[in-house]
Amino acid sequence: MATVSMTVNGKSVSADVEPRTLLVEFIRQNLHLTGTHVGCDTSQCGACVVHVDGRSVKSCTMLAMQADGAAVTTVEGLATNGKMHPIQKAFNEHHGLQCGFCTPGMLMSAIDLIKRHPNPSEETIRHELEGNICRCTGYQNIVKAVKAAAQEMGG
Amino acid sequence: MTDTGIGASVRRKEDRRFTTGKGRYTDDIHRPGQAIGYFLRSPHAHANIKGIDTTAAKAAPGVVAVLTGADYAADGFGNPICGWTVTGKNGEGHIAPPHPTIAVDKVRQVGDAVALIVAETLDKAKDAAELVEVDYEELPAVVNIADALASGAPQIHAEAPGNLCFDWDIGDKAATEKAFSAAAHVTTLELVNNRLVPNAMEPRAAIGEYDSGSEEITLYTTSQNPHVARLVISAFVGLAPENKLRVIAPDVGGGFGSKIFIYPDEIAVAWAARKLDRPVKWTAERSESFLTDAHGRDHITKAELATDKDGRILGLRVATLANFGAYLSTFATAVPTYLYATLLSGQYAIPTIYAEVKGGFTNTSPVDAYRGAGRPEATYVVERLMERAARDLGIDPAEFRRRNFIGTDQFPYQTPVILNYDIGDYGASLDKALEMIDYGNFAGRRAASERNGKHRGIGFAAYIEACGIAPSAAVGSLGAGVGLWESAQVRFNPTGSVTVFTGSHSHGQGHETTFAQLICDRLGVPFESIEIVHGDTKEVPFGMGTYGSRSLAVGGTAIAKACTKIVDKGKKIAAHLMEAAVDDIEYKSGVFKVAGTDRQTTMAEVAFAAYVPHNFPEGVEPGLNESAFYDPLNFTFPAGTHIAEVEVDPATGTVDIVDWVAVDDFGNVINPMIVEGQVHGGIAQGIGQALLEGCVYDRETGQLLSGSYMDYAMPRADDLPNFRVGLTNTPCTHNELGVKGCGEAGAIAAPAALMNAITDAIGSEIDMPATQEKVWRAVQSRRMAAE
Repeated sequence: MATVSMTVNGKSVSADVEPRTLLVEFIRQNLHLTGTHVGCDTSQCGACVVHVDGRSVKSCTMLAMQADGAAVTTVEGLATNGKMHPIQKAFNEHHGLQCGFCTPGMLMSAIDLIKRHPNPSEETIRHELEGNICRCTGYQNIVKAVKAAAQEMGG
Repeated sequence: MTDTGIGASVRRKEDRRFTTGKGRYTDDIHRPGQAIGYFLRSPHAHANIKGIDTTAAKAAPGVVAVLTGADYAADGFGNPICGWTVTGKNGEGHIAPPHPTIAVDKVRQVGDAVALIVAETLDKAKDAAELVEVDYEELPAVVNIADALASGAPQIHAEAPGNLCFDWDIGDKAATEKAFSAAAHVTTLELVNNRLVPNAMEPRAAIGEYDSGSEEITLYTTSQNPHVARLVISAFVGLAPENKLRVIAPDVGGGFGSKIFIYPDEIAVAWAARKLDRPVKWTAERSESFLTDAHGRDHITKAELATDKDGRILGLRVATLANFGAYLSTFATAVPTYLYATLLSGQYAIPTIYAEVKGGFTNTSPVDAYRGAGRPEATYVVERLMERAARDLGIDPAEFRRRNFIGTDQFPYQTPVILNYDIGDYGASLDKALEMIDYGNFAGRRAASERNGKHRGIGFAAYIEACGIAPSAAVGSLGAGVGLWESAQVRFNPTGSVTVFTGSHSHGQGHETTFAQLICDRLGVPFESIEIVHGDTKEVPFGMGTYGSRSLAVGGTAIAKACTKIVDKGKKIAAHLMEAAVDDIEYKSGVFKVAGTDRQTTMAEVAFAAYVPHNFPEGVEPGLNESAFYDPLNFTFPAGTHIAEVEVDPATGTVDIVDWVAVDDFGNVINPMIVEGQVHGGIAQGIGQALLEGCVYDRETGQLLSGSYMDYAMPRADDLPNFRVGLTNTPCTHNELGVKGCGEAGAIAAPAALMNAITDAIGSEIDMPATQEKVWRAVQSRRMAAE
C-alpha cells in the first residue's frame, strides 16, 4: 500500500491505496465521486475524463499515485455554489445528452478544448471530441452545445 | 400549447443530475458489506470441460467464494429462457437448447462463464481467477451461419441437429411463384446484414442483495424492463417468488435493446448474493460486454423483386439465414421472423410476398434485438432492392417508389405478411425530403464533383416500422410468451403535486420530461410539480418496459387513460364542492367549471379536498390516485424517407457524407427537441453499421477479433455529418395521443439510404460496412473492368 494525497474539487484528500490503483478507481471507490464513469478498458471512450492540474486526462490511464500532489477537478466540481457552469447549461439547452453516461467526460473534455480554442469551429470541436464516444446523440447537439458554451465563456 | 405542454421543446428535467455527476447508475451504488464478483470466462469458442480445479483460487487472499456451474446445478435453479415460440414449416416449435447460467461440461462461445469468483475487491477476485484451473478439450468451432447450416459443420447442441433452430416461412409461396413467372423483369440481390455490437456506453452491471430476515432478494441491474427480469428470474429460474424479488433498474446508460434480455450473469450474481448472504456486485468490463451482450443483425439474404413492364411491383421473394449465436437470447426468435418478414412490404403495394427464414446456432455471442430489431434488416432488403430495380429499369428511384407506394386512399392497408397499416402518407414524406435535399439540382452537383475527380451518389430509404409493441392478443397468437400492454399510475399528493409511476423505463429517452409534459397538458399541473417514477418493481405497478419504440404509444397512452380517470373523479368532487350536478361540470386544463357560470375550482383544490375530505360527496372514495393499463389495438407504423448524398474519392475510397435529410412521420409529437435527438442518434447508429461497424469472428477459431474499441469502429464525432430533420404527420388512428414512436427510425432508414448512395456513386453493389478499403477495391475493379 502507498499513501496518496491530492486536492479533489478543492478539498484535500488522502488515502492508502495499492500502487496499481487507477486514478478513476481512487475517485470512484475511495472518494465515492461516481460522476466520473468507466465505459471501456482501452482508454478509448473518454467517460472518465477529469482535469488534473487544469488539463483533461483520461483517469483510467493514470495511476492514482501519478496524481499525488495534483489538483483534480471532476464533474462534481463544475457547479459552484449551486450555479451551473456554462458547459452544463449549454448541454441542457441544446439537448447534448440522452442517457447521460458519457456526459461527465464529454463536459470535462469540452471545457479543456474551449480553453485551448476559445472560438472553435465545428471541425475543431468534432476533431477534439474524437476521444469521447457517445452512443446516443449522434454528436450534432453536443457540437452545438460546445459552440454555445464557448461563446458564453467569452470566446 | 403552453410552454411546458404537448408540442413544446421543453428542456429535460433529468439533465441536472446527469450534468452534475449525480446520476445513479448501478455501478455507482455501494451496498454495505458488498463483495465483488468476477466471471472467469471461456477462452475457447467450443470445448468440452474435462474438469475445473478451484482449490488454489478458494485459498487465495480475500476470496469469499469460487462458484461453478456444478454448484449452480446442485442448487437446482433454472436457466435463462427464450420467451417467443416460433413455429416452423414442420408445424413444430423452434428448438430451444438449454442455456446454462454457468457452463457445466461444455462451452459454446468465447466468453461463456465458467466460474464466478467473489472476493473482497475486484483485484483480489481477478487474481484468484488466474488460479482456477480449467481442463478444456477444444472442439472445432463455426461462426458463420451459412457454414453452420452446411453439412459436416461442428455440432453445437445435441438437441439441434445440423445447428438448425427453425425453418420458417410466411406469405403465399404459390402466388409469389406465379407472379415471378409473369414478370417482365426480376431484380436479384444477395445481401449480408453485418453483425453489430450494441455498445450502450454504460456496461451491464448488477448488485445482488439478500435479506435473510424477510427472505427477499434485491437485484439492482441495468435493465430496460425490470418487471420482465423479475418475472423470468422468479418463474423460470426460481431464485425467489415474485413477491420476494425486487428488481431495481436505476439510471441506465443506454440500452438499444441490449438491456432487454435476462442474461445468465445477472442471474448468477443474484444467486451468489443469496447463497453467500452478502451483497455481490458485478460490472462488466468493456471487453466482457463485447463478448456477452447480445449482438444484433447477422443475416445472409437472397432477395428478388418481380416487376411488370411499367415498373409496377408484382411480387417479392426473400430467403434469409439468421445467426442466433451459441444460445437463444430472450426474444431472439422473434427478431428475424415476426419483427422482420412482416415488414417486407415496406411502403409498397406488393400483391404477393413469400419469405423463408432459417435460424441457427454458431459458436458466437447470442444475437437478439438491437435498435430496430428485424425492421432495419427488412428495410435494408426492401430498399436496396427498390434502388437496384429502379436502376435496372431505368426509372428515377424516387419515381419508382412513388409509382408503387400504398396510396393514402388505401388505408387501412392489409399487407400480404400479417400487418395492417392504419395510416400513412408516404408521398408526403418523399416529397418533403426531395425538396429539402434539392433533388432537382442533384445532376449539377454530381457533375461538379466529377470535375473535381470525385464520384457523387444519392441514396433513398423509404422505410416503415411497426412500433408501439404490441397488441397482446396479436403477439400471443404469433408465439410471444408475454403480453405487451403497459401500466401507469397517476397519484396526486395532497398539496397538488403529482407522482406518476410508469411501467416503461427511460435509459436516455427523456421520459421524465415527455411524460411530465403529458401530465401538464392533461391535468394542468405545473411542470416542476410532476415527478416520474420508473424502474423499481417495488414502487411501480407491473409494467413491460421500454423497447420497440413503445414508451409513448403504449406507456404514454396508459398515463393518458389514468389522467382521464383522475378528471372523471375530479368532476364528482368539484361538483360537490360547488354544489352543482356532475353533468354540469366542464373540465379544461386543470380547471373545473360549472357550465354557464363563473363558478370554478382547480385541480389542486380538488386534490386537497380528496385527501382532506371533510366535505366530500357521498359514495366517492377519498384520495386522488388512479391506475390504468393499456393494451394497444394495433402496432403503430412510423414511416418516412431518408436521403443521403455522398462524395467518394476514387483514389482513396473515402466516403464523405455531404448531406443527409430525414423526413419522418411519427404522428403527433410531444417534445420536438427530444424527437429530433432520437432521430440523430438512430441515424448515427445506422451510419455506424453502413460505414464503420462490423463484428468479426475468426472463421477458424471462433475468436472475437473486434472485441474492443481499438478494433470495433464506433462512430465518433469526426465521423459524422450534421443531419437535417423534417417531420410530416398522419396521427395514429388507434391511440388517443395519435403518437407512433421515434426511437428506432434512424437506425432503420440510415443503412439502406447510405448504401444506396455509395453504390450509386461507385456503380457497383457492396456489403456493409463500406470501409474505405472495400470502397476503394470496388472502384478499382470497376475501373479495371472498364479499361
